[in-house]
Formats: sequence, structure tokens, C-alpha cells
Amino acid sequence: MTYTGFFQQYLGQDWGYFVATITLILLIALPVMLGVALAVYFDRKIWAAMQMRRGPNVVGPFGILQTFADAAKLFLKETIVPSGANKGVFIIAPMITFTLALIVWAVMPFDAGVVLADLNVGLLYIFAVSSMGVYGIIMSGWASNSKYPFLGGLRSAAQMVSYEVSMGFILVTVMLYAQSLNLSTIVLSQQGNILGFLNGNIFNPLLFPMFVMFFITALAETNRPPFDLPEAEAELVAGYQVEYSSMAFALFFLGEYANILFMCALTSVLFLGGWLPPVDWAPLYVVPGFVWMLAKMALMFFLFAWVKATVPRYRYDQLMRLGWKIFLPLSLFWVVVVSGWLMFTGHFASIPR
Amino acid sequence: MPEVASQYLPILLFIGVGIAFSLIFVGAPVLVSGLVGTAKPDAAKLAEYESGFPAFSDSRGQFDVRFYLVAILFIVFDLEAAFLFPWAISLHWTGQAGWWAMMEFLAELAIGLVYAWKIGALDWE
Repeated sequence: MTYTGFFQQYLGQDWGYFVATITLILLIALPVMLGVALAVYFDRKIWAAMQMRRGPNVVGPFGILQTFADAAKLFLKETIVPSGANKGVFIIAPMITFTLALIVWAVMPFDAGVVLADLNVGLLYIFAVSSMGVYGIIMSGWASNSKYPFLGGLRSAAQMVSYEVSMGFILVTVMLYAQSLNLSTIVLSQQGNILGFLNGNIFNPLLFPMFVMFFITALAETNRPPFDLPEAEAELVAGYQVEYSSMAFALFFLGEYANILFMCALTSVLFLGGWLPPVDWAPLYVVPGFVWMLAKMALMFFLFAWVKATVPRYRYDQLMRLGWKIFLPLSLFWVVVVSGWLMFTGHFASIPR
Repeated sequence: MPEVASQYLPILLFIGVGIAFSLIFVGAPVLVSGLVGTAKPDAAKLAEYESGFPAFSDSRGQFDVRFYLVAILFIVFDLEAAFLFPWAISLHWTGQAGWWAMMEFLAELAIGLVYAWKIGALDWE
């Protein structure tokens, strides 16, 4: 019996479906939020370790409850809405950021068949939702009616849309190989795709440069160092979140880290072979696919934290130059190279019409 | 319900759950601080942050026109990327005709990019 069927036999057709789907959604949303709390902790720990510091180590064993303590403190704080702000938009902005950061997870396959909405246009959905992420930021910057958030919001919006473009072209190179927008199909297309035993587009010499570019683009998309210009604390205090307090501030924080985790998951699916083990060797399939997926996400998150700890911040003109004058032409050129290679080496001949 | 459309219903429900979560996260602290009594707004607290000074000009003044330019360029190139999605996944079906047609389109787009580059639309000195 299916999971939905189990609920439907007790609650009837519609309510059974509703309850089953809601529980599945919570099964994604709650671990994502828990994952965010752990990600913040590990981020700080890795960052501290690279600077020869201890990092959070007081609350709970090894300080692992630090994020929960911070969240509880934020929860009890007063919500301040500045008198000059557009109050409705001011409140809605963090909610948009958070909601969008949650709903992208709907199409993420965690294991074979373990996906909430197995859309045939999964990548397009992700592309659309991550484009909408700009709204939350520009609305918060505008509605605060204050100078630092305004500048931070503008900067962040311009940065995100600039890198969105090259991200689109990088996604195209991957889907040229998979010939599908469905994330599960993309993962399965990577099974033994290199030399017959390596799983993952990252081992493909044509796609490895795209992996590097996608990683850097993901850093820029999520406003991570070295591209954290929107919240450059030396110039803009904290960018678009200056006027926020209490849980409204925490929603931005949660949304930001949920997006980072999502980018880790997306990189795993697109380039590292998702839930497949790195080598197509039968004993490795004993380990559940879910574990491989989490391990790959953890690896990607470590790279995110590593970059944060070691690389100095870009200047804004350098950032825009990298996005528009290097990444955009390069990714556009690479679409031509990859599609031409696949076209004229007969890759498509094997795929049935 | 058609098979394809039924896949979108969980997403609609997910949006509902996301909105519910964010309403709780924003609303509950307002209630709690109202009940506990930490909410004590005053004029200085509600003023916008400007390093302790009273704001000396409207924050929504002029800003650099290049942000606007970036937004326009984004629309052009992002639509372009969205055009490439269906082309990319049907390339095994459309064959060489489809490939050459898109190359021609990309060449024109590259001319547009070169033009924007030449007139300095991409410069942030």
C-alpha cells in the first residue's frame, strides 16, 4: 500500500491525500530547518577552526545547541517596525524569502523515488523560484525606508540577477547531457556515465569547468563570501536586514542558509551524481542512497565554509565584471561547445526519438 | 485530475505550509513580546538606523542608473536562458537543423552582448 493510500483508507479520498501530503511536506520542511540550525553551527565551527579559534562551545555538548539558543533569544526579542517603513511590505518581505527558500525543496530527490513533486520541468521550477528570491530582498530594502537597507537591497538584487543568467546557461549544459529537466532523470543519467564506472558529471572533462563555475555562481547567488557585498558590514552595516529584528530577522537568516543548503543539494544532483555512489560498484550500493546524498551535501557545504574562511571580499565592480564579462560569455560559449560536441559525436543517436 | 497537473498540487500545499510557518515565526514573537512586556516602542527606537544621527535626507533619493541597466540586461539574457531549456532537452529530436537554428540565435545574442560591452553598459569603474 502506498503512503497516501494508508491515510486514504481512514480519512477518505481527499482528506487522506491532504493529510498524507502535509506530513510529507513537514518531513521535508522540518529537517531543512533543523539542517539550517546545524549548518550555522558547523559553518561557525569550520570558520573558527581555520582561524585557530574554538568557535561556539558553551551551549550543549561541543556547543551544538548554540543556534537553538540564538533562535530562542531572537524569538523573545521585540519586533521593531520602523515608523517610516511601509509596514505591510516590510513584514511580507522576510516571509517571501523564507517561503521561497522552503518551496524549492519540493522537487529535490533525496533518493530514488523519494521526491515530493516529481515534476517533468523540475529544473525550470528551481530556476523560476530562485529568480523570485530577489523579490524578498528588494522589497525589504525598499520598505525599510532607510539608506543602508536601500543600498544593500539594490546591490543584492543586481548581484543575484547577474549571476542568475550564467547559472541558467550552466544548467543548460547539464541538461544537454541528460536530455531532461527532471532531477531524478538527471541523476540516473549520470550512472556509469564516465568510463563506464564513474557516477557523476563532475568526472566529465567537458562539464568539470561548469561544476567550478556553478559553485562560484552558487556562492554569488546566496550572497556568501567572497560575494557578500549586500551585507558588507564595513560599508553597509548589514545591508537589507539592518532594520529587522526578532524573528523577522531570523527568517532572512533561515532563508539564506536554507538556500545555501539547497545549492549544496543541487550541486550534488547536477554534478556529483545525487544519491548514487561516486563509483558504479555494487558493494557501494549497500549504503542507502539517502546517505550518499547527505554526504555529498555535507562535502559541498564544507567547501562553502572553506571559501568563507579563506577568501577576501570582492569589490563591487570586480563582482559585476566577473558575472557579466567572464561568466556570461564563457557559459554561453560552453553551451555551444557542449551541444556541438554532443551533436557531432553522435551522442544523440542512441537516444530514441 | 490529469497526471501532470497532479504533480503540482503538493507544491501548492507546500506554499501554504511555508506561508503558515512564516506567519507563525513573525506573529508569535509579536504576541509573546506583547504579553511579556518587552515591547516598549519609542520614537528613537522606531527611527531608521543612520549611525545615531537623525536622517538628513530622504532615503529613497537618486541611485545609480546602472542598477536599472543591469535589470534590463537581465530580462534579455534570462529569457534567453529560458528559451534554451526546451531547446536543450529536445536536441536529440530536432537534430542538426535545431542545432544550427539555435547557433544562429546565439550569434545574434552574442552581437547584442558585444554591443552592450562596447557602449560600456557592463562597466562599473
